Amino acid sequence: METIPSIRVENLTRQFGSLTAIQNVSFTVNHGEIVGFLGPNGAGKSTTMRILSGIMPATSGSAWVGGVAVAHNPYEVKQRIGYMPENNPLPDDMRVVEYLRFRARLKGVPRRKLRETVQDVMETCDLARTARRKIIGTLSKGFRQRVGIADALLGNPEVIIMDEPTIGLDPHQIQGIRKLINNLRGRLTVVLSSHILPEIERSCDRVIIINRGRVVASGTSDSLREEFLPGNRFELEVKGCEARVAELFKAKGLEVEILDKEESEDHILKLTLRAEGNGELGAQLIAALSDSPDCTLRSLASRVPNLEEIFLAATKRSWEETIDSPKTKPAAAAQS
Amino acid sequence: MLLISPPTYIAAVLFLSLMGFLYWAILRGMVNTPEESLPIVQFLKIFWIPVFFVVPLLTMRSIAGERSTGTLDTLMTTPTSRVAVILSKFSGAYIFYMLLWLSTLGFPFIAAKFFPSAALSGSLLEPAPIIGGFTFLALSGILFVSIGIFASSITRSQLVAGMLSFTTLFVAIIGGQQLGNIAQNGAELSFWASELVNYLQIFQHLDDFSRGVIDTRPFFYYTSTGVLLLGLSTLVIEAKA
Repeated sequence: METIPSIRVENLTRQFGSLTAIQNVSFTVNHGEIVGFLGPNGAGKSTTMRILSGIMPATSGSAWVGGVAVAHNPYEVKQRIGYMPENNPLPDDMRVVEYLRFRARLKGVPRRKLRETVQDVMETCDLARTARRKIIGTLSKGFRQRVGIADALLGNPEVIIMDEPTIGLDPHQIQGIRKLINNLRGRLTVVLSSHILPEIERSCDRVIIINRGRVVASGTSDSLREEFLPGNRFELEVKGCEARVAELFKAKGLEVEILDKEESEDHILKLTLRAEGNGELGAQLIAALSDSPDCTLRSLASRVPNLEEIFLAATKRSWEETIDSPKTKPAAAAQS
Repeated sequence: MLLISPPTYIAAVLFLSLMGFLYWAILRGMVNTPEESLPIVQFLKIFWIPVFFVVPLLTMRSIAGERSTGTLDTLMTTPTSRVAVILSKFSGAYIFYMLLWLSTLGFPFIAAKFFPSAALSGSLLEPAPIIGGFTFLALSGILFVSIGIFASSITRSQLVAGMLSFTTLFVAIIGGQQLGNIAQNGAELSFWASELVNYLQIFQHLDDFSRGVIDTRPFFYYTSTGVLLLGLSTLVIEAKA
C-alpha cells in the first residue's frame, strides 16, 4: 500500500463544450494523507472530484484510485471511494438509520454485517445516540453534514472525497466536523475542498491550490509560504514617520521592504515589513529603532502569512501568467 | 422512495376513486340501457383515462427528482450499475401501477356482493375477459411506465418530465387510434403501411385480449419498445448524471 499512491491524477482535462473546466491537472495523494483542495468558485475543484469519483468522464488524461484506473474500472473505483458531493444532497423523507442502511446495501455491504456497519459509522460521526431515528428533513445543517460523512464512510472505502464539507456551518459545527476529520487521519485518505481557508490549514496535511482549471500550487502550507511569500514578515507600531523608519533600518544595513502602512489618529504608524534575514532579525529591528529619539517603537510582532494570503498570492500569480501567455505553456503552470 | 413519498399515495387515491366512480357509472348505464359487452370489458376500455395521469404522477419523480435534489450523484458513486438503477426505478413504478390495477378487481367483487342476482348470471365475474384484459394491462403497462421513466430521465424538472410523459402517452394511445381512423376512412394504404398502423392500435389490442385473442405482435410491440426506452434512459443517465 505504501508504494501505490491512493490517488494519482495525470494531465486530466475536462471540457464542457468550448469551456475548459480543468486543464492538465496532475497530482498525487499518498495513503493516509488529508489533502485540501483550494480554489476560487468555478476553478474546477468539483469537476476534478466528480471525475475521481467516476460520476463524470474526463475528456483526456488519466486518474487512478488505489492503483485502479477510473476510466477502465469504474465499478472497482467506486468500491474504494466514499464521495460526499457539494451541498450534500439527502432524501428528506427518510430516517437517518434507514437511509444509511439503504446506502450500505447499495455499496454492497453484506446483509448480516449491515447493522454493525451502520452502527459503526453512526458512532464515528456521533449520530448513534442523538439522531438515529430522526427524519433527515428535520435535521440541522450540522447533523445533515454528519449524515453525509457517515454515508461516505460506509463500505470501508480507502479514499474519502468531500466537496465543501463545512459550507454553511457555524463555528461549533465546523469544529465538530474538524474533529471528525481528525479522527479519520491515518486510517483513510481524505480529500476535501473548502473555501474556508483556516479550516483547510488546520485539518489538512497538504494543500493543492487550483485556479482556472489548473494546479497552481501544491505542498504543505509551510512550503507554499516559502514559495509564494518568501522572507520574514513583521508588523510594527512606531511613533514617527515612515521615511525616518526606512532610513534608520538602512543605516543598520537591514534590507527592509515596507508592504503596507496605516496611520492612526495619534501619529502612530502601523507598518507591515518584509525583510530577509535569519532568526536574529527581530532583535536587529528593535535595536535599529531603539537609539533614535524621534522614532519610538511601540510594538513589534513577527507575522506568519496565513493560507489566505498564500492563496491570494498563488491565484494572482496564475492569473498574471495566463494574461501574459494566454496560449503558451499551459503545462508549465500545472507542474509548478 | 416511491413507497414513502406522498405523491404516490395521492396518485393511488385519485386513481381508485376515479376508477370506482367510472365502474359505478358503467353499472348505472347498464341498468338503463342493455349493452352487449360485459361491465368489466367496458370498464377496461377506459384504461387510458387513468393511464394519462397515474403514469406521469408515478414516474415523473423517479429520476428527474433525484437529479434535481442531487441524490442521483450520490447514487452514481455507489458500485451499482446504471442498468440496475433504471430497472429498479422501472420495476418500482411498474409493480405499483399493477397493484393499483389489481385493486380495481375489488369493484366487481363488491358489486357481486350487493347484486347477487347479477353475480349468479356470471356477468360481473366472468373470468375470461378479466384475465385477458389484465394481461393487456400488464403488457401495455411495460410500455407506458417505461415512457414515463424515459421522460423523467431526460430532464431535471419533474414538471417537464410529467408533461413529456403525458404528451408521449397521449400520442402513443390516441395518436395510434387516430391513425387507424384515417386509414379506415381514407384512401387505400399500401400493405406495409396498413400493417404498421394495425401494429400501433392499442385499443384494438385491448379488444383482442379481452376476447381471448392473445396475439404475439402486441406482446412484441410493448416489450420491445419498453426495453428500448429503458435502454435509452440508461444511456441518458450515463451521459448526463
